[in-house]
Amino acid sequence: MLEIKNLTHVYGDGFQALDDVNLSVKAGELVSIVGPSGCGKSTLMRCIAGLQRPTSGEVLLDDARLDQVPGNLAVVFQDYSRSLFPWLTVRDNVGLPLRRHGKNRQERRRAAQEALESVGLPDAGQKYPWQLSGGMQQRVAIARALAYRPSLMLMDEPFGSVDAQTREDLEDLLLRVRGHDGMTILLVTHDIDESVYVGDRVVVLTRSPGHVRAELAVDLPSERDQVATRELPAFVHLRAEVGRLIRGDLSARSVSVEAGESPQG
Amino acid sequence: MTIRTSPAGRTVTGPAARSRTRHVGATWRFGGWALSRIWLIIGLGALWQILARAADNPYFPPPSKIFPIVHDLWFSGPAGHLFLTSKAGDDFTPSLTHIFAGWIIASAVGIVIGVALGRSRAASEFLNPLLEFGRAIPPPTLIPFFIIVFHITDSMFIAVIVFGVIWPVLLNTIDGARTVDSLQLDTAKVFGISGWQRLWRVILPAAAPKIFAGLRVSLSLALILMVISELVGATAGIGDHLVNAQRSFELPQMWAGIVLLGILGLLFNGVFVLVERRVLAWHRGALRNEG
Repeated sequence: MLEIKNLTHVYGDGFQALDDVNLSVKAGELVSIVGPSGCGKSTLMRCIAGLQRPTSGEVLLDDARLDQVPGNLAVVFQDYSRSLFPWLTVRDNVGLPLRRHGKNRQERRRAAQEALESVGLPDAGQKYPWQLSGGMQQRVAIARALAYRPSLMLMDEPFGSVDAQTREDLEDLLLRVRGHDGMTILLVTHDIDESVYVGDRVVVLTRSPGHVRAELAVDLPSERDQVATRELPAFVHLRAEVGRLIRGDLSARSVSVEAGESPQG
Repeated sequence: MTIRTSPAGRTVTGPAARSRTRHVGATWRFGGWALSRIWLIIGLGALWQILARAADNPYFPPPSKIFPIVHDLWFSGPAGHLFLTSKAGDDFTPSLTHIFAGWIIASAVGIVIGVALGRSRAASEFLNPLLEFGRAIPPPTLIPFFIIVFHITDSMFIAVIVFGVIWPVLLNTIDGARTVDSLQLDTAKVFGISGWQRLWRVILPAAAPKIFAGLRVSLSLALILMVISELVGATAGIGDHLVNAQRSFELPQMWAGIVLLGILGLLFNGVFVLVERRVLAWHRGALRNEG
């Protein structure tokens, strides 16, 4: 479904964010991409979303080379307060992208309402995003992506700016909605637990320049529970392994932890 | 009483209760705001009255003399004409035509060109010296030129106002359109919001707070330029009234004209602020909830 081949990106100032990334994702899969801060996760996302052209290599979506932003792709950004338009109501935020699909006002409203219901916000349509809490705003952003009915949903540290409890709720929400039309989901995170908990597969990136260090299949029952799943030996084991891969990478390169890490991965 | 609620409180409070609180809060705030303004105006008016009385100088008539004249000259007409006298019609019609035609034309042109330049870095950098030069020319200096080109016609007055007030709108719109949040633009791109939709639903709303700031400055500038241009060359209008009062040495009449202009300025600004609050309600709300 998604094929990333030899993706390399060097920024204008000579900073190499990605080094020969190869990744293949099957339709309907939920793949977590995890890595230390500054491993080029966001650059990878932007290249897949078509927002940025890689220096070399290519991204194939449904066997078509990606040059522009594809129409069957939706993104959930980390910074919900900036990615939702404050001048539009929640319903219009969710409905606006549907104009592209040639839907009329009524159809857009219905689709928006449906999507809002599926993320647990049936009554928020008339409000403005800034009247909602952070977790609710991110639900709206997810509803917007769902209403768009993409075949690929990219999530760039989507739960990085909400508190722990909300984060767990949103992870479960994601697991609930992932079945929508056989949607494929790519979730970027720096949270090891999260990557294992929601993923079918975890891809570990190395520190910059980002490179795929390992791919681990998540062998957990598909029915997941915030408490029970996290205490399964398989979960604990997997989590430790991902942690070792990331930490090992850090110590192997003997990099000291920077004080002011950038929020963008 | 304050409207600000903590983020936690916001999620817990029911919507109905919250809107009620907000409504009561707003009423209170408006009452307090009005009282604080009116208190100052009354105080200064009283001070003015006392000082003018004490000075007893024909150049400085007291407000008790000026306001009845304002009333007699312009606002003592029949109820059917909204209490406007025929002199009010003669004075206001040309002046208000000039100010609003000029302001509206300048705003439309300024916003259109401003968005175009703001979205094109190359064009705005290329034209920036020209814009800075145009803005630096004091608009009244062009009155003689416009008189030669248009003679004493409505076009002349409107041209002076357009040229003078376009700059705040233009420069603010350029700034607003250029500084649209990159994530908002990325979002638009990802979700296929392009062309007119992008302009109308994303760029213009994002730039609106700055555009409105420019429009407001322009409106008060338009009033100033209206009077200046009419002082120079009008045969009708509020500026013409001032010149006539000056020539016939009727100082109370002249002061009445000055007070009238102050009232008009207050009125324009007040209406503008009301419209702005409505259109930019989202902006105020978003700012309030940011902290």
